[in-house]
Amino acid sequence: MTAIDDRRAQPGGLNQPRDGTPLIAVRELSKVYPMAKGERVQALSRINMEIGQGEFVSLVGPSGCGKTTVLRILAGLIADYTGDVSVSGKSLHGPSREVGVVFQDANLMPWRTALANVLLPAEVLGLNRKQARARAQELLSMVGLEGFERKLPGELSGGMRQRVAIARALIHDPAVLLLDEPFGALDAMTRDTMNVELAAIAARSKKTVFLITHSIAEAVFLSDRVLVMSSRPGRIVEVIPVQLPRPRGLDIIVDLGFAATVLRIRRLLDGDTASALPSIAH
Amino acid sequence: MSDATAPELKLPAAPLPRLPAWLRARPELALTPLVFVVVLGLWQAVVSLGLVSQYVLPAPSNIGLALFEGLRSGLFLKHGLVTLGEAAGGFAIAVTAGLLIGTLIAEVRLVERAVYPYLVMVQTMPKIALAPLLVVWFGFGSTSKVAVAAIISFFPMLVTTLAGMRATDQGRLDVLRALGAGPIRCFLLAKLPDALPHIFSGLSIAVVFCMTGAIVGEFVGASAGLGYLIVQANARMNIPQVFAILLALGAIGVAGYALVQGLRRRLLFWEPKQELSRP
Ligand SMILES: Nc1ncnc2c1ncn2[C@@H]1O[C@H](COP(=O)(O)OP(=O)(O)OP(=O)(O)O)[C@@H](O)[C@H]1O
Ligand SMILES: [Mg+2]
Repeated sequence: MTAIDDRRAQPGGLNQPRDGTPLIAVRELSKVYPMAKGERVQALSRINMEIGQGEFVSLVGPSGCGKTTVLRILAGLIADYTGDVSVSGKSLHGPSREVGVVFQDANLMPWRTALANVLLPAEVLGLNRKQARARAQELLSMVGLEGFERKLPGELSGGMRQRVAIARALIHDPAVLLLDEPFGALDAMTRDTMNVELAAIAARSKKTVFLITHSIAEAVFLSDRVLVMSSRPGRIVEVIPVQLPRPRGLDIIVDLGFAATVLRIRRLLDGDTASALPSIAH
Repeated sequence: MSDATAPELKLPAAPLPRLPAWLRARPELALTPLVFVVVLGLWQAVVSLGLVSQYVLPAPSNIGLALFEGLRSGLFLKHGLVTLGEAAGGFAIAVTAGLLIGTLIAEVRLVERAVYPYLVMVQTMPKIALAPLLVVWFGFGSTSKVAVAAIISFFPMLVTTLAGMRATDQGRLDVLRALGAGPIRCFLLAKLPDALPHIFSGLSIAVVFCMTGAIVGEFVGASAGLGYLIVQANARMNIPQVFAILLALGAIGVAGYALVQGLRRRLLFWEPKQELSRP
């Protein structure tokens, strides 16, 4: 507890971005879910964090600690929280078009082709059709789905569907990308590939990325900082900076600095997750 | 042991290869008509031998004659069109009202609280019992039959629409909400398509119920329609004609059901193709 208080007290602490003004700022965020019979679940307790422009920040923590709740608040899907959340200096009121979200499930419309699914945000936001189509095509190629444009979600594998969801989150070129365990359903090999691709997307498009994951190795591989949460009530217990040079390749798993960072986070989670494996995905 | 079983193994397989390939793949194509012919033959035999009275169970041959006569004279067509018109009118009203009210109840809390208890109450009543009252209200013409057809088809439409609107996938709705989509967009882009499978179950029930409604309305009091014709034939003990009309009604029912299923396959193209269950 003292560790967190120390950081909160000192300006430029670890739960603030290393440079620039914060794009996302969260102050004293708490969330209580009302339950049946008047019970209440304290899902989040006094969360403080800042994410800088172009920064890649991951959130790890045991299942049920409130990660998805944080993401849903940032996405503007939960309104009844206490505390202060602001994006680009403006306090958050409902969903913002500056945010693209990839949920835990792909959530594709099964009646729309892969291409039409990617185009959905463009339709809702009323973007130029021709430009959006060209961009959707590009994004599908980028996630390795060239030639699958006309396929329905029912004809795609789980991993392919998740990749369509990633393309969909990028179509309106949002400044912020929120990802909730986007690769949870993928096999280790595909997951490694997707991680390399995600790192490339983030670097190329200079997007600010907030990633929720169960995989410590994945978080360390991708992030500038890793926020570690604990549960009941959900709070951030540590902020771990990742000082590994970029671009990072998959061979980073043999790097001593990588291993040390993974180990440090694992110790923090203290047996909440399975043992470290020499793979990005696990 | 092995040299004894080897020649035996070929025996049961021997007659099958002589059958044409389509028959071996789908034996029901031959078996279903065969059952039909056998049952019909037995039926004809039982009646011809005088084991059952012609007035209780007419011979298939007599039913066939009555059906042919009814079709040739144009009698069935004339009355069939009347019943079909009434059923179609009732169906259209029931579907429109069911979709509208079902959607309103699902979407607007206030409407749900105001009318839902009453609808539940009415739903538990046997709607058929309203038929005599409706004939008094709307007269002996077609209108009262349309009303009966509409009322008994309305509830399956309402209930399935309501279930459909409540079966919306929350994840897909989140995707739209995160983009700032309003209630109308959410309805058109997620809720309505998600409700379609339920709505189609409602349609396939309503398409059968609306015929029942029209016939029952005609039973109560009418001067035209297949229901009227059944009552007339029954009174004259023209049992073969009664059976013939039942066959005609069956054909109309099957056609209506096939129409709904065809529409379903077109509109719900993303549904996994359902294999016909083959025993
Ligand atoms: N809609 C809700 N109503 C009531 N309680 C909820 C709701 N959503 C989440 N919770 C509770 O809040 C807590 C945090 O849930 P959340 O989904 O944020 O966890 P999570 O960290 O994303 O878990 P996981 O890693 O398993 O996805 C849990 O205890 C959960 O039971
Ligand atoms: Mg979650």
